[in-house]
Amino acid sequence: MELAQAEVTTQPKPTTTQVTGSVALLEGLIAEGTEVVFGYPGGAIMPIYDALYDYKERLQHILVRHEQGATHAGQGYARTSGKVGVVFATSGPGATNLVTGLADAQIDSTPLVCITGQVFAHLLGTDAFQETDVINITTPVTKWNYQVTDANEIPAALAKAFYIARSGRPGPVLIDITKNAQMQLFDYKGYVPCNHIRSYRPKPHVRKEYVEEAAALINSAKKPFILFGQGVLLGSAEQEFKAFVEKSGIPAAWTILGAGAIPTDHPLNVGMLGMHGNYGPNVQTNSCDVLIAIGMRFDDRVTGRLDKYAKQAKVIHLDIDPAEIDKNVKADVPVWGDCKETLPLLTELIDQKKHTEWLAEFRAFDKIEQEQLIQPELNPQSGEMTMGEVIHQLNQLTKGEAIIVSDVGQHQMVACRYAQFNNTRSNVTSGGLGTMGFGLPAAIGAKFGTPDRTVVAVIGDGGFQMTLQELGTIMQSGVDVKIMILNNQFLGMVRQWQQLFNDKRYSFVDIKSPDFVKLAESYYISGKRISEREDLVAALEEMLQHKGSYLLEVMVAQEHNVFPMVPQGCSVSEIRLK
Amino acid sequence: MSNSNIETNQQQEFTITVYTENQIGILNRIAIIFSRRKINIESLNVSPSEIEHIHRFNILITETEEVVRKLARQIEKQVEVLKVYYNTNEDIIWQELALYKVPTDTIVEKVLVERLLRENGARAVVIRKDYTVFETTGHREETDKLIEVLQPFGLIEFVRSARVAIIKDSEGFNSKLREFERIEPGKEVIENEFLDKEKNVFTM
Repeated sequence: MELAQAEVTTQPKPTTTQVTGSVALLEGLIAEGTEVVFGYPGGAIMPIYDALYDYKERLQHILVRHEQGATHAGQGYARTSGKVGVVFATSGPGATNLVTGLADAQIDSTPLVCITGQVFAHLLGTDAFQETDVINITTPVTKWNYQVTDANEIPAALAKAFYIARSGRPGPVLIDITKNAQMQLFDYKGYVPCNHIRSYRPKPHVRKEYVEEAAALINSAKKPFILFGQGVLLGSAEQEFKAFVEKSGIPAAWTILGAGAIPTDHPLNVGMLGMHGNYGPNVQTNSCDVLIAIGMRFDDRVTGRLDKYAKQAKVIHLDIDPAEIDKNVKADVPVWGDCKETLPLLTELIDQKKHTEWLAEFRAFDKIEQEQLIQPELNPQSGEMTMGEVIHQLNQLTKGEAIIVSDVGQHQMVACRYAQFNNTRSNVTSGGLGTMGFGLPAAIGAKFGTPDRTVVAVIGDGGFQMTLQELGTIMQSGVDVKIMILNNQFLGMVRQWQQLFNDKRYSFVDIKSPDFVKLAESYYISGKRISEREDLVAALEEMLQHKGSYLLEVMVAQEHNVFPMVPQGCSVSEIRLK
Repeated sequence: MSNSNIETNQQQEFTITVYTENQIGILNRIAIIFSRRKINIESLNVSPSEIEHIHRFNILITETEEVVRKLARQIEKQVEVLKVYYNTNEDIIWQELALYKVPTDTIVEKVLVERLLRENGARAVVIRKDYTVFETTGHREETDKLIEVLQPFGLIEFVRSARVAIIKDSEGFNSKLREFERIEPGKEVIENEFLDKEKNVFTM
């Protein structure tokens, strides 16, 4: 019946306001400021792709090689540009391939709008060709999703999708559009952006009494400690955060997604938190008297053993998502709100201070870590190359101005620990989900998000093989991405755990790789493999200076471990340097 | 909640009340918040509220207050959820409806059954030659008791509804909804007070 209706309505009696659902969708995307769509066509989304043919000049479409790649590219774009990533995929397998990227975006609060094609409305529930219940499959991994079966709903649904994706705590949104709705002609009344949904409160009313309570606690603290996360970036509150840190004089440490909110070399930036974070920040978590958590969610990789986490400290938690407050760590003072709004209020009420002695304690821990671990890692004189020295040399050449995209594993921890970030929105990595294969497609998106900056993807030999087909996307789009594979010929992080905790029983971590340079060459991407220290700097220079994409494979030590480490089940203060 | 001295680590029955938009899929969105933590929903009622287009959920689970609070916040975070409350049994008035089908001849012949039905406050809904359907409302134990009583007399079929609950302290949702509909909501609707430790949590 619906099909019949669709067939009838597609026989146009054209008036100026009648457009198809597909055209309305594209008009809406343009109205929302969409510059680029990462996608892959297929049967159920063909009407949208047909309409896209006429929009080539106004809407860039990047053809990926797998829909998962489209989601990660969308994420990379969103993370570097601060805008919403847009993804197209068809029904069935196209839609199910989005799930990993949606889950990654959900846990890392990345704004995405995914449009999936769906079978004709009259076929829903009949096990039609390439039909899958994408709404129910994606419900746990989306902030919101919605199925459109009538073209009249498209403008409003899209407006809602963008509003939800980018407001409050951002996240991925999916709109599933049946084929008949894509084809259906309807009276298009223009696109009206959404700014209110009555059941949705992205921004709470800040309660000043909590800000005052927090300020009083900070002013009386002897050993206050700031933990900051991606919330600072998502709220575009970098300036507000810097003002707060500098006035308070409080040492500040970052979660992996908070990196870059203030520059790496800022005197009050004391380093990275968590399992492979820095020595001082982890130990001092258990000796501070006031813990100020800003836009972070106390992930278990940050907290280690919860019942031994900062028990001595009063906790102030600034977050926009009330479900995060008290979820893992109980807050003594919850400051619910957008930190762009709450931080200036707090900064105004706090005393200007310099916690000189307290900061010196951090410096002392840093000195130990530098001597025992960091210097040997970054400047080894002999033996095989370390991942750390590669990142260190990269820093020297990029001077902290590059966007570093990492995949997941040992190299990720090394890249995040040692990469220098002068600017915000420069560290793109899969934090919460730990998605191997994230790096390459995310780097593509990152470059589209910030075309003027150098994008270096640091990827392991394992993760690269999960999404290496996106070399095809790089080839075809001509996007300039520097790919650096740190090859230790192992699934290194799992191997490290097997070495440390499973008596070196290396179970299926020995991974063989193809000739990555030849592989790149087959995609017309230049590349080089090096295994000697003396070649490193020249090879990095060549990669960075190369016009267009480049793949550099660096053979690094096979059985090198990432330290420091808070072993699972241990407290953060039980961090091991070796 | 009116009752502030809940033992947070002790499991007990909680009735969660959720006001949502009448949208396809919201039931699933709410249900998976329980199932992802492997928490069993013991009883679930979803029906239109006194306000058009807004549905009211009553969800019964046995959990600790700490977990229920986290669940409530995760439910309230869903885009199409307007408000969540959770209450212990002391905070609410609740009922379940039960229907019992018994052979009519035993009712007619055995005076005892009639007395039992009276004692249990059951009413006849349908009387046919072959069977009679009785209805009763009450708490779980009460409706359970009548099953036991009727079992020896050939209870044919039994069904029980989910729990529906009225919150003792509630002033209803009408005034609250008007706040939700404002673009710039007042303090009332942005209930930061649910973060208060001393004051009532999720006050209405």
